[in-house]
This record gives sequence, structure tokens and C-alpha cells, in this order.
Amino acid sequence: MVTLAAADARAHGAPVAAEQEDLPAEGSFSLRDVSVAYGRDRVIEGVSMDIPPHAVTALIGPSGCGKSTLLRCLNRMNDELGNVRVGGHITLDGQDITGKAIDPVDLRMRVGQVFQRPNPFPMTIFDNVVYGPRTQGIRGRDELQALVEESLRSAALWEEVKKSLKKHAFELSGGQQQRLCIARALATKPEVILMDEPASALDPISTQQIEDTIASLKDDVTIVIVTHNMQQAARISDRTAFMLRESLEEPAHLIEVGETRKMFTNPDDARTESYITGRFG
Amino acid sequence: MVILAAIALFLAINAIRALREAGLDTMLSGTLWYPTSDPGKFGMLPLVLGSLLVTGIALLVSIPVGVGAAVYISEFSRGAVKDVLKSIIEFMAAVPSVVYGLIGVAVLIPLVKDVFSLPSGLTALTGGLILGVMSIPTIVSISEDALHAVPMDLRQGSAALGNTRWQTTFKVTVPSAGSGIFAAMMLGLGRAIGETIAVLMLTGNAAVIPDSVFESVRTMTGTIAAEMGEVVQGGLHYSVLFTVGLVLFVITFGVNLAADLVLERQRKRWRR
Repeated sequence: MVTLAAADARAHGAPVAAEQEDLPAEGSFSLRDVSVAYGRDRVIEGVSMDIPPHAVTALIGPSGCGKSTLLRCLNRMNDELGNVRVGGHITLDGQDITGKAIDPVDLRMRVGQVFQRPNPFPMTIFDNVVYGPRTQGIRGRDELQALVEESLRSAALWEEVKKSLKKHAFELSGGQQQRLCIARALATKPEVILMDEPASALDPISTQQIEDTIASLKDDVTIVIVTHNMQQAARISDRTAFMLRESLEEPAHLIEVGETRKMFTNPDDARTESYITGRFG
Repeated sequence: MVILAAIALFLAINAIRALREAGLDTMLSGTLWYPTSDPGKFGMLPLVLGSLLVTGIALLVSIPVGVGAAVYISEFSRGAVKDVLKSIIEFMAAVPSVVYGLIGVAVLIPLVKDVFSLPSGLTALTGGLILGVMSIPTIVSISEDALHAVPMDLRQGSAALGNTRWQTTFKVTVPSAGSGIFAAMMLGLGRAIGETIAVLMLTGNAAVIPDSVFESVRTMTGTIAAEMGEVVQGGLHYSVLFTVGLVLFVITFGVNLAADLVLERQRKRWRR
């Protein structure tokens, strides 16, 4: 299954690399034999998978199976932690994004992230959204204004805040703050948005709103989402990857990756089935 | 609050005689401080201005250095470097102020004299510089606490939007810690304006209104410390020195109150 999908994506990915100048960036990842170690502790090993563009890919698995760590490989946020070694090959639209091949700061302009807990900056709603664009050097008042409206609309927050863009972001509810963080990530026009359990700190109604937002976003960006919530993965994702760390002595592996519908109805691996049916994790 | 009121009351009771006989406005606006002439002249304007000048110089030194050091320690240094720097700051805070005075006498006085080719190195600048060094630890440790309190996920959020560590520090981390850094500056000011012995040793103690930083000045604290031993207890001069103390108390209380109000307003705005 894994190799079939890989071959398929390679065939798909080859012309992208060749014509990178002309084609719009689309945001597909290819991971080959990726491993991560914190100091001496090997956390992940041998992960090979493809993440197709303009689709939602969910990473599932029990706590501590390295889902978030793998996610952070995709925008090099592991670099911020120090003492982390990442091995293997990862490409974004055919371009190597590991090691010295790319400046992580440039990569993060193309690969945005939404965190587990809403983390708006202590500024107004407007300033939060234009934070990334300003870093990119966009200064024009009209251009920023347009970006704010567009991003907030995409994050389904515009109608609620359009009259109060000068309000401090901390005055918003938790769910609104998280959608603001999504808008903030969208404002830099990324190809990909990574989400690390974006709804785990939210109430059911806010969670529903975030899921609706995700569904409407995939036409524009690739989404990779880590989630603990199996129903959530089943509801919102096109593809699902199941990771498992079978004991503390050995690193986590990718057990299975494929179409979400198939994974949840007829998984290839017995461990996937046990996890999905709730026998552990 | 009760303690503060008690201190103010105690100062005021002892200052009553001076307030009655010399008058507060005469003392505050008077430019001549000749407490031992007959009749004594108790114009404390030179002392107040002396304190403010020396404190101003001190803050010009300690705010940039102190806040800069705090930002470096908190945001850029790691491991052993961080530990060593933090211990140095703690050690700086533990050095008695008279030792800073001695260092000033041995190093700073000749240096100021030579560099600016002055007749004497006992100037407002000399006192201000050493006061600046002395208030650095206060500013560093309070600012660093404030920076440390900024949640890690704000820094990560900024990094994830393609910001370098420098950009993150100056666009998110420092502004988020702004109120704490402001409080650190105010406490540094309090430390500088209240310091006595080191300025007494370095400023030359001429009670005249200074025209420039290269002139000798006398501070309020220095005056109290230098003259209290020579006055008759309960006498007019004694009471005047308590009035100086009262004025100093009112100034520092005002500074702290202002700082608190600004902090409170900011806290309300930034509340999460």
C-alpha cells in the first residue's frame, strides 16, 4: 500500500520538479525514510509517505507516537527545540527541505502552522493577521486591508469581527482565537498549513466551526492535521496515516497510510484495525 | 499601606519644626544650602536637582545595558553561557554599595578627569555612571523575569510565520513583556535615586545647581547621610534634614505610584 502510493505520487511529482518555475506551487510533500531523535532517544524511524496537494491528510495514533514530531519536520520547527536530529529525505514540491538545503525561515513562509492551543499575539485582530505579511515586507495599507478581509473570510471569522478589527485579540473567545490563528497562517499565502490538534482545547461548537473551516480550505492549501480524535480524522480527512510506537525501547513507525475511507472500513494492518476500533490508545 | 503611612507620618512629625520655621515653599524653591551659617539657609533645590541629574545619567546607562543584557540572556544565550551571565548579574547585586564607591574612587574619578580634561573627577557624571552600573542588576533580573514569563507558544507562533529569532524577539517577545520591563526601569530608578554612599563618595558634594554633568553635585541622600551626624537632635537643621527625607519619600512614592498606574492600565489592555 505504502509503496504503491509512493510510486503513484512520484510519477505525479516528477513533472512538478521539472517545471517548478512555471507551475504554481501546490504543496505536496514526499517523505523517504524519515527518522527523528531527541538526543539519544530515537522517536521516529523509517517513515516514508507522500502527502498529496490540496487534500487533508490526517496523522493519527496513540499519545507519544511521534505524530506532532513528524508534523514539525515539515516546517522545520524541530530546529527550534535544539538537540533534535532529523534523518532521511523530505521534499516539498520536489525541493529538498532538510538540513542546509533550505533556510527554515523561508520554508515557514510556505508552510504555515496552527498550534494546539490558540496563540494569538498580544495585539489587535488586524495586527495579528498582518503579522506574517509584514514580515514578508508588505506595507501598503490597502493591500494589508485586503489580505485581512480575505484571510478572515477563509477562516470563517470575518462576519464576527469585521466591525472590530482594532479590538485586542485576547478579547475573542477560544474558538475565535483559533480561527484567528488560522487566518494569520493563511495571510502569508502558504502552500501548506500544518495543524497540531487544533481543536483539542476547544468546545464542541468551536470544534465544528474549525472542521468546517478546514473543509473549505483544501481547495487553496494542503492541510496536514494531527488529531487524537478518530471521528474527527474520519470526518475531515482525505487520507490518513497511522503511526504507532509499539514499545518505549523502539522508535515509532508508520503502520499504514491510505485513503481515509478505506483505512476506517477495511484497513490492511491488524494494528490499525485494533486502534480504530478502540482496542488500545 | 499602613507601614507606608507610618513612615510618612514619622518623617512629617520630625519635619514639623522646619516646615513651621523655614516654610516648605521657601525650602523647595531656595537655591542656597548653607545650613550652618547664621541664620541657616535651607534652599534644597540644588539637592533635588542634583539627585535628579545623577539619577538621569544612571538611567541612560542602566536602561540600554540592562534591558539589552536581559534580552540577550533570556532569548539568545543557552546553557553554560546563560548560567555564567546570570551568576555575574546576581554577584553584581550582592556587592555592597560602598565597594562600588571605592571602585569609582580608584577607577572612575581619574578616568573622567583625564578623558574630559577636567580639574576634578568628582562630578555628577562620575556618580551617575557608577549608579548606572549599580542599578543594572535590578533592571536585568526583573526584565528577564518578564521575558521568561512570555509563553513559549507566542515565540513558536512567530517563528512558524517565517520570522527570525531577532524579528520574533523585537516584534512579539519584548512588546509582550513591555509592562514588566517598564516596571524594571522604575525599580532601577528607585534604586538609583535612593542610593547614598557611592554618590556621596563620587560627586564632590557641592550644593550648587549644576550647569553641566561635569560639575560637582550633592544629592538629597548624600546630604542627609553627611550632615545627620553633626546636627543637634531636635534642632532646626535636624528637622530640615527630615524634610529632605520627606521630599525624597514623596518623589519615590510618586514614581512608584505612576509606574503602578501605567502597569495596571497595560495589564487591563493585555489581559488574556
